Parts: sequence; structure tokens; C-alpha cells
Amino acid sequence: MTKPLKQIHLAAHFPGVNNTTVWSDPRAGSHIEFSSFAHFARTAERAKFDFLFLAEGLRLREQGGQIYDLDVVGRPDTFTVLAALAAVTEHLGLTGTINSTFNEPYEVARQFASLDHLSGGRAAWNVVTSWDAFTGENFRRGGFLPQQERYSRAKEFLATAHELFDSWRGDEILADQETGRFLSDAKAGAFVHSGRHFDIHGRFNVPRSPQGRPVIFQAGDSDEGREFAAAEADAIFSRHGTLEAGRAFYSDVKSRLAKYGRGRDQLLILPAATFALADTDAEAEELAREVRRQQVSGATALRHLEFVWNRDLSAYDPDGPLPDIDPDIGEDHISQGRAQVRMYRDPLATAREWRELAEANRWSIRDLVIHTGNRQNFVGSPATLARTIDAFVQADASDGFILVPHLTPTGLDEFADKVVPLLQERGVYRTEYEGTTLRDHLGLAHPDGRRTERAAS
Amino acid sequence: MSSTPPAPLHLAVALDGTGWHPASWREPGARPRELFTAAYWADLVTEAERGLLDFVTVEDGLGPQSSHAFEPDERTDQVRGRLDAVLVAARVAPLTRHIGLVPTVVATHTEPFHISKAIATLDYVSNGRAGLRVQITARPNEAAHFGRRTVPRIEAYDSPDALATVTDLFDEAADHVEVVRRLWDSWEDDAEIRDVATGRFIDRDKLHYIDFEGRHFSVRGPSITPRPPQGQPIVSALAHDTVPYRLVARAADVGCITPRDADEARDTVARIRAEQDAAGRASEPLHVFGDLVVFLDDDAATARARRERLDALAGEPFTSDAPVFTGTPAQLADLLLELRASGLTGFRLRPGVAAHDLPAITRGLVPEVQRRGAFRRAYEAGTLRGLLGLPRPANRYAAA
Repeated sequence: MTKPLKQIHLAAHFPGVNNTTVWSDPRAGSHIEFSSFAHFARTAERAKFDFLFLAEGLRLREQGGQIYDLDVVGRPDTFTVLAALAAVTEHLGLTGTINSTFNEPYEVARQFASLDHLSGGRAAWNVVTSWDAFTGENFRRGGFLPQQERYSRAKEFLATAHELFDSWRGDEILADQETGRFLSDAKAGAFVHSGRHFDIHGRFNVPRSPQGRPVIFQAGDSDEGREFAAAEADAIFSRHGTLEAGRAFYSDVKSRLAKYGRGRDQLLILPAATFALADTDAEAEELAREVRRQQVSGATALRHLEFVWNRDLSAYDPDGPLPDIDPDIGEDHISQGRAQVRMYRDPLATAREWRELAEANRWSIRDLVIHTGNRQNFVGSPATLARTIDAFVQADASDGFILVPHLTPTGLDEFADKVVPLLQERGVYRTEYEGTTLRDHLGLAHPDGRRTERAAS
Repeated sequence: MSSTPPAPLHLAVALDGTGWHPASWREPGARPRELFTAAYWADLVTEAERGLLDFVTVEDGLGPQSSHAFEPDERTDQVRGRLDAVLVAARVAPLTRHIGLVPTVVATHTEPFHISKAIATLDYVSNGRAGLRVQITARPNEAAHFGRRTVPRIEAYDSPDALATVTDLFDEAADHVEVVRRLWDSWEDDAEIRDVATGRFIDRDKLHYIDFEGRHFSVRGPSITPRPPQGQPIVSALAHDTVPYRLVARAADVGCITPRDADEARDTVARIRAEQDAAGRASEPLHVFGDLVVFLDDDAATARARRERLDALAGEPFTSDAPVFTGTPAQLADLLLELRASGLTGFRLRPGVAAHDLPAITRGLVPEVQRRGAFRRAYEAGTLRGLLGLPRPANRYAAA
């Protein structure tokens, strides 16, 4: 017996504020103007993608006490852009990353329920947490949350939001002009939540939206994050782009579902994926090399080395050898507002390893940063990309991918035109949207099926 | 004889559910089942744009509507529930081209950092047509939706305790607006340089910490969103008394007031202008609009009969914080011009029944004021500031 072919899920990540995004290319457009978002969303919808994905950061990054200026800086408000995109698309899901630390459940639940209404059931929420006092300086409460409590708050935030979504069953609005009854239930929207992080009660004022609840994404990779996803999320935005790492992650997370009474198809694993696409494999390899050099200028290479060295390296020549001094392993980090720097748990060992690598290969600082940084996940001709992506999904390395192009806003155009038709020919990708809501696209059930926790009391 | 003709009127419409009369949802064409769809709101705003109006406001609140001022009710015979106003405005922005979009934001329980970038983004998605209408909430039940603070229950409007509570909330709202405005300026217009030679995307000397320190909160900045197309989107506020007049005078571009007649209008405008002087803003343009609820029909008797029918459905006579006009578009045009003579520069009209009175404004009132030479015959500017005759302001942080 052969396994039936899995259908591939694809989504579009609007290019973000990392050095992955190449702004120096003459074709690179605005990261702020609505026309860029509209172009990107329409391309994704033309390619029958499940959804568009927006990341978020609530404080501009700093390095060495100054605003980091080498990558794209600045972005619009997530909810506002997604609501506007609902006007220029019909099917595309709209996924927003919204922080559970610097928001309150009542307001966020209103915003997602409103977005779901205004898009006809296409809203999704990537729930993220942060705790840093650095970001907190932009908010009323400041950096109030200890690091170890961030998942505890996120869990309770999400549970509270779900209570708010569920506070309307969906049948309360009669709007009967004859009898004069607008509501069937005088207490529609009533809720009480009493917990460690939130103690709130009253009436939620947005009636139940088409999807009931927005689709929930989770992006954390820690053990705690995986467990949170297995318990609560509909999809994971993961970062395991290689076949082996992807399969290990996939198997680990899917195996956690049973203990929450959930089936393996109730949580989709969708890693971020970059790509270099050209007419032939050889041209794509060349393009991939070129893009990597654009992504890592000499100045960027020095700044990235500072993530590990944790000291000002601006006096070094990016085309010269690595510093012979050791990293500063003090408490304060030179870089703020960036999750990436936490990857380097033992900077002294990393520095030693990189020096050896550079010496063995005769790499300059810039060469080293290019080679140790992330290579594009998929490099090749349209046929190669279609075959590889399909192979990853059929091998259970993922259920699909959230594609992160390096160019704004045209970085998906060629993929839509050349790779998508090949996936369709393989019979592993939709030729038309079958449903209208994002839950339909992702094959997820409407949450009313599992709505038991708030029986009338 | 006056040497210069009076300035043309500015007209806005306040959108709230199916209209401002609590029985409006029962009228033919009211579409109460569609209140929570994008199509409903798109149709209303498109109709307002057809009438060349300056802007629409969208009402909002952080709790269900109520027939009581300071507590919820359990009525089932009126519209309850609403969508987030900023998102409604964003959803209709790409479907319109000229009209200003001014959602309500509640300062009391929201983060100025989030509001600032949301309205800046509304300005981007509308190409320069965004504003906000700031309001406070003194409802204890709405405070309980957030659980971060308590608001003392107000028993009587004119008690000293009520005044203290409301004064405090308006002071906080003024700080909120100050932070929102500073964040809009926290990027200079030409901060994004994309200098390939040096690898710098921005000139960080043109980004600014706002370092606001107030009694209620402090905010560091800069915004994550670059300066919006209008530089400063429009800030408006509705004001009924001294404390909110002060907020209008200190922080707004458009204040909305509710005078019962021309004398009261003249008096209130004078009070706001005096507060404006006191705040050191005398030289800055500040519109003062009159708010009116309107019931419009081709003859006055029909309009009165319709309002009575609505009152009968509601079970009580309609009352409002704003004066209520019931009559013909021509009579309303006369009234507006009379009120203009007392210092009002425009009007925010609240349609009693959106499905009926909004088209009566755009297709009845507008031709009447056009005929009197008092209203535009085509949109003359591409931004809301442009429509309101306000220049694009210099950035407070830019070196002169």
C-alpha cells in the first residue's frame, strides 16, 4: 500500500527586518506603502496560497546603544494592514503576529474578531511572547514580566481570548425588525475570567465571527513552546528548514498531540523557507551566491560578528581575518531587540570554532559570516523546487512552507508563475480555493465542535 | 459689507451602527443583519464620499452599547455589539479615494504606542486620509474588561467627585494624544535613505526618542512606523464642557461641540479660543464643528412623523447630547449657515437612520449648501488635512 499524497500548504511571509531582505537591489520597493502589501498579497492569492504572514517587533533594534541601521527599519501596524488587505483579496488568509505581553486580551480579542468579520473568516493570530524591559519602555506597564513567566502569561492570555470569542455562541443576533428583538440573549458576551495574570469580567462586544476563533499559530521552538503548540495551536511557524531537522521536529511535535486528545492533522507544521529560483539549477546556484553577498555587506558582517563577540568591532576590516581578542561574556548584550543573539550560548566556543573555520578555509570576516549564516532552503530551477518541496512534505519534514522571499514586493512573482503550476501538475497543490475561510484552506474544523468549556452556568 | 466671503463649510458624518436613533435598525433598508460585514460599512462610506463630505467618524467603545451613561444594560431591543473602528476604517480605505477616515479610539485603556502606529498605518493605506477621534471612558464596567485599574462610579454628573474623575481621565487623554503625536514625528520624512555605498537603510540621526514622561505613563520611542503621509493625521474630540474644551484646545485639529443655538455656539467657540490662547496654540488652525443629529425628509411633516414613528418603536422620545434637527434639507442648510456665522467652521452630522438620513445628507443637503455657494463641488485635495485647509506640519524634531 502506498501512502496517499499529502497536499502541500504554502504561505507568504512579507519580507521583514532581517538581513534576509535585500533592500539594496534596484528592484526593491517600499516596506511601508500599501501598494507593496497589495502586490504581495495579490501574488499570493493568484498562487492560491493559504495565507499571508506578517511578523512584528515593538521596538526598533539597537546595537552598541544606537538604532541598527543596516537592515530594513520600520513596519506598519499589523492589524491595520491586514484589515486593508482584506479589501483587495477574497480568499487569502491574513495572519498577524501579535504579542501577548504588551497587549490586553479584551482589546486583542476585539481586533481579531473584527478582522475575522471584515475578512469573511480569514483571520489568524501568531501568538508570541516577549519579556524584555527594552521593548517595555514603549508601553504603559514597562518591562513587567519575568522571562520565566512569559509562557504562563501567553497561555492565560490565549485562554482568556478564547473565552471572549466563545462568549457569543453565534445565534444571538435575531435583528427581527417585526418583533423588535435584536438579541435573543440579554447576556450575550458575558464573561468572567479570574486567573494569575488576568482578573476580568463583563461583556464582550463583538459577536461571534465567521471562523468562531481565529486560527492560532505558535512560533516558539523551546520545549515549552512545542508543548504550548501541541496543546493550543492550529499551526506552527517553525524554523527547521533541512530535511533531517524538519523530520525530527515534525515527529516530536506531532507525537505530543495525543496527550491533548488531538489528531495529527489538527496541527500543521509550516517552517519558514527562503529560496533562490532561476531557469536552471546552475543559474539558481549563482543567484543564491549573489543574494548571500547582497544580504551580508562588509558592514553587516562586522555587526553580525558582534552578536558573538559582544563588543564593538567597527575598527576591523570585514575583508580581513577574524579578531584575535575573545568575546565579552558580560551580562549586558551589545544587541537589543533581537532574538537571534540568544542562539550563541557559549560565545567563547563559537569564536574559537569560527576562527578555526576561517583559518582552514582562508575566509575573511565577511566570507565567514556568509558561510555560517543561513543558506537558502531551496535553490534550483522551477522543476527542482517543485520536486524538492514536494519531497520534504511527503517525507513528513513539514506540511508545507511559509515562503520568505528576499525582495519586496515582487519576490514571489516568479515562484507563483513557474513553481506553483508544477506543484499543481504533480497533484499535490490546489488549482482553486475550495472554501472561503482560512480554516477551510488549512483543513481545520470550525471550533464549535469542541466548544464545551463554557456551558451556561 | 464684509470684504471676504465666508469660508466654505466642512461637513462630516458620524457613523454608528444603523444610525443614532435606537430604533433605527427597524427601519426599511437598515440592514441590521449586515452590521458586522465589510460590505455594510463600505456602502455607507462610499455614500458619504459620493456627497463630497470631508470625513466620516466611526463610533467605538470598549464595552457593549448601553442606554445608561455609566453602566451596562440588558436590553435586547437595541443594537448591541460593534466592530473595532480602526479596522473598519482600514477595511474601507482601499475602496475609497478622497474621504477622510476618522475612527474613534479610547485613550483610557489603550496603549498610545499601538494607537499611534495604527493611525499612521491607516494614513498609509488611505494615502493621507486618516485621523482619530479620541474619547475617554468613565464606565467602571469597561475598566473591569481590562482589570488594570478601577474607575470610581459616577453617581451624578455635577458632583465634585465626578469632576475630579473626569478631569483626571481627560488629562490622561491629553498625554495619550501628546505621545501619539510625538511618535508620528519620531521619524523625519527623509529618514529612509537606502544608501547602498555605506549599507545604511536609514539615517538614524533622523529618528528620535520621544522620551515622554507623564503622570500616567512614560514612552521611549521612536515609533516602529515611519512618519505618515500627512505628517500628523487629524485629531478630533467631542466636547461638552470646560474640561474637554481644554483637551480640544490643547490637542485637537477638529473639536466637535453641541450648542443648542447660535448664542451658545458663539459662547462655546469663544471659550475654546481662550483655552487655545492659554495653551499657546493661538496661531494654529483649529476647527470647531457643531454636532447635530438629523432626521431629513422632503417635507418637515414627513420628517416629524418618521421621528415619531421611531420614538414609538423605541418606546420613548429620542434624546441626545447634541441638538436634534428634524426637517427638510433646505431648512437644515439655512440652520447650518446661521450657525456658521457664530464661529463654527463645519458640522458633524449624526444620521438618525443611516439608511435614510445619510443619503438625505449626500443627495439633499449637499446640493442645497452647494447652491448657496457654501460647499465644494468636487474634492479639491488628496489628503484629509488638505480638505480641511490644514498645511502639512513641520516635524517638531527636525532641525530648522
